[in-house]
This record gives sequence, structure tokens and C-alpha cells, in this order.
Amino acid sequence: MGENESEMVTIHVMGKKHEVPADLTIMKAMEYAGHQFRRGAGCRGGYCGACAAMYRVKGSYKLEGALACQKIVEDGMYIAQIPFSPAEKITYDLSELKPDANTFLEYYPEISRCLSCNTCTKACPQDIEVMDYVQASLRGDVEGAARLSFDCIGCGLCAVRCPAEIVPYNVGQLARRLNSRYVIGPTEHVLKRVGEVEAGEFDADIDELKRSDRKTLQKRYESREVKL
Amino acid sequence: MRLAYYPGCTMKTDAKNFDESTYSAAEALGIELLEPTRWNCCGTVHALAKDNVMNYLAPIRNLIRVEQMNEAELVDDKRVVTQCAMCYNTLKRANADAKADPDKMGKIRDFMEKEPNYQGSVNVVHMLELIKGLGWDEVKSKVVKPLDGLKVFPYYGCLLLRPREYGIDDPDHPTVMEDLFEALGAEVVDNPYKAKCCGAYHAVHLKEVAADLSYRILRQAQEAGADIIVTACPLCQFNLGDRQNEIKKHQREFEGIPVVYYTQLMALAFGKEGTGFEQNIPDPVPVLEEKGLL
Repeated sequence: MGENESEMVTIHVMGKKHEVPADLTIMKAMEYAGHQFRRGAGCRGGYCGACAAMYRVKGSYKLEGALACQKIVEDGMYIAQIPFSPAEKITYDLSELKPDANTFLEYYPEISRCLSCNTCTKACPQDIEVMDYVQASLRGDVEGAARLSFDCIGCGLCAVRCPAEIVPYNVGQLARRLNSRYVIGPTEHVLKRVGEVEAGEFDADIDELKRSDRKTLQKRYESREVKL
Repeated sequence: MRLAYYPGCTMKTDAKNFDESTYSAAEALGIELLEPTRWNCCGTVHALAKDNVMNYLAPIRNLIRVEQMNEAELVDDKRVVTQCAMCYNTLKRANADAKADPDKMGKIRDFMEKEPNYQGSVNVVHMLELIKGLGWDEVKSKVVKPLDGLKVFPYYGCLLLRPREYGIDDPDHPTVMEDLFEALGAEVVDNPYKAKCCGAYHAVHLKEVAADLSYRILRQAQEAGADIIVTACPLCQFNLGDRQNEIKKHQREFEGIPVVYYTQLMALAFGKEGTGFEQNIPDPVPVLEEKGLL
């Protein structure tokens, strides 16, 4: 092994053994081992939640969860991707809902089965207090549930681990929607801008963009003002 | 006196008037109630299944939060005050069971892993026990508007009194609410139905059973000449109060009688805002106005 080459570790992907460089993420290690992702990979930056994975490390009984694009492999790791947690996508008209506990119970009645075991919290790769926000929703604390679940990226690991078969990330999303509409309410600057758009203040600019060629668009994109 | 207060979910939803008036009454008595910043379900009926340790996690975690409040010196002692009868019963029993069974406590600790261990130091008390502990003279001294001429029928239900070893009073002949209302200046109407079943969770699947059982209690109160029924449990309150419109459809001779939480009348007698009467069904205001209390 040359000086510049990485140290290698042994991992098991779905039970099959592979030697991979030690400094790779689970996702890159799987690709190194020959897997091609059609699903279960998205932004590769820890933002989208598409690449949930579960693993155990050598000598530990603990079943751990992580985003495959973020977690670095360890020697002796057993890995399985859990890119999707089966859950019904419930539709509702937000304008007809009330921001209270009964709304959560109507759409997700299984939350009343929560045992407060906290397994969801331990499974969360975003370090969210998942159980606390499920509990907040049960008592109609919309603002609390929205605040606590704010960093959720919907990877689904909480739902896979919950012994009460709750789908917490859906509950958190409903909380944030109710919070935006009913607790925070529409903000003035957004209403003002929507008014400007509707009054046609930006129509000329949009038309100009539509007529621009690719080179012009690229130049404008690259020289745009970025506020950080 | 600063004490930890575990409200429970119902106090934040259907029993906001119980929660609000609890704070009002406690304030008048010089008690500052502090909720844990994080709390979860008390465990409800799940925790009463003694053979499943998983069901103990909810109540025990709440008790851990109280220990943490005490360690952080946010509260003056290791008591946690409860108000909802179900929360009281669940926390009290889970606490006693876990402390009495080291094997069970060990399994709970193993499962909770990185979370703090429960040291078993918390004492679960009901608000009525706390008030009784202050002494009836102390309660009397805070009264600014005595409940003169108000005939009060205290109703206990089951969860505050049973099982016997966890009850706040004698399950056959409880008197704590009678003593309280005498201190508040009311006329107490005694009644053999004060610890009978209201129908409890039959309210969900067998409404007619709950309606029938509740009606027996309501009829007794009416026949005894009570002006108002007083409860200490959100489920009793629902079955006796909110269900009256349904009961009236079947019981033509029943006229209806207001049902309130005991803390609501305490807040009234102590001259406090935050009685929460607007949430009660049926409306207790007309009776209280008639008695010159509002």
C-alpha cells in the first residue's frame, strides 16, 4: 500500500463483504463496492433525507441509523439502506383544519399509541427530540411541535423504529404547516411581494429572462448577488 | 413554595379550565407551580398493565424530569403535584411499582440507556392532598368571597380513591372535598353516590352505559337539592357535564345541573381571575349569579 493510499476497512452491505477505503461515507463506500443508486440518493449533502441507512458496528448490539451520505464507514460495519419508510401520504386541505390536538388525532390517530419510549429520538440522524414533538402534538401544542421538528428532513428512520407504528415525520410536517398558517400567520413582507407580483411589477423582467440565451443566463447566474 | 407540577395532556386541551383555575387557586395559596420544560404522556391506562415494562417508560421519564428540576434547584422539594385523576393514579402507581421492584427498575434503566437514571426519589401528590396539608384554617384565611348559600355536591369518581393503597382519601367515605368546601363557606350536600362510577371510558364505545351511570349520579345530586356538582377529574367532568344534553333527550324529568372543577370554585372564593367557567358545559354562570357569587 503506497503512502497516499487510504487505509481499507471491511464492511458488509446487505450481508455481502467488501473492502473499502476507510474515509468514505456509507454512500460512497457502497458505490465503491459497485452499487448504483437509482433511489435512496438525493442531494448527497445531508439536506434531503433520501438516503437513510441502518447499521451495526462490530461488537455492539445497537442498531444505529444515519444518512448514508453523512456517516463515515467503520471497520466491521453491517449496513442496510432504508431509503423509504412505507407510509400513507395523507392529503388534507390546510384551510379547513383547526390548529389543535384533534386535528393531529383525526389524521394520525396512531399517535395516541405513543409509549414515550423515545426510540424515535434515538434513531434520528438530525438529533431531533422526536418523541417530544409527537407528545406536543398530542396536547395540541402546535407551535412546540413545529419548533421541535423544524430540522426534520423526512428520512423516515423514526417511523421505521417506532414500536407504536407512528409516522412521526408526517406529524411534524402537519405541525409545521398548521403553525405557519394559524400560529405565525401570513407575514407582511410576503403579502406585499405577492401583491407586487400580481400587479405585474416583474413581468418585464421575466419576459427579458425568457428571451435570453443560455450564455447570458449563465453569466447572470454566476454574477448574481449572493447574501450569506 | 415552588413545586413541580405535572399537568398532562387533557389539562392542555379539553380541561384548560381545570389547568387555568389550578394556577389561580395555587397562586392564592402562595404556591408557585412549575411545569417541567419537557414532559410526555403520563402513561394512562397502558402503564397499569404491570407485566409490560415498556409501558412504564412514560411515567418514569416524567419522574426523572422532576428529579432534574429538583437537582437544578428550580423547585423546593421532590414532590410533583398532579391534578388530572388519571395522571395522578398512573404516576403514583408506576412510581410505587418501580421502586418496589428492582428488577423492573433495572430493565427500565437498561432500556433508557443514555437517559438519566430514575433515582426513585420523587413523591407524587395530588393537589387536594397538598391543599389539605396546608390546613383548612389556612385555606379559610384566603377566602375573600365565601361561597355562602351555594349547595355543593362533591363527586370523587374512582381514580383518586382506588386502589385503596394509592388513594388520596378513604375510598368508601372520602371527605377531603367536603372539608375544602366547608372552608370555602359553601353548604356541602352529602351523597352516597360520590364515589360511584361515572362510566369512565365507556364514554368512547358504549355511550349509553356512560350516560346511564352518569345520570344516576346527576339525579342523586338533583334530588339532594344541590346547586352545583364539583369534580376533580376531566373524564368525570366530561361524563357528568358535557354529556347532559344527550342525557336530557332520554330523561325528560332531568333539568340539568352545572358541573365544575373544584379549583374553579376555589379561584372564585379566593377572588381570582382565571376561573375558566366559559369552557364548562352546561354553563355554571347563571347559578353562580343567582347566588350572588358572580
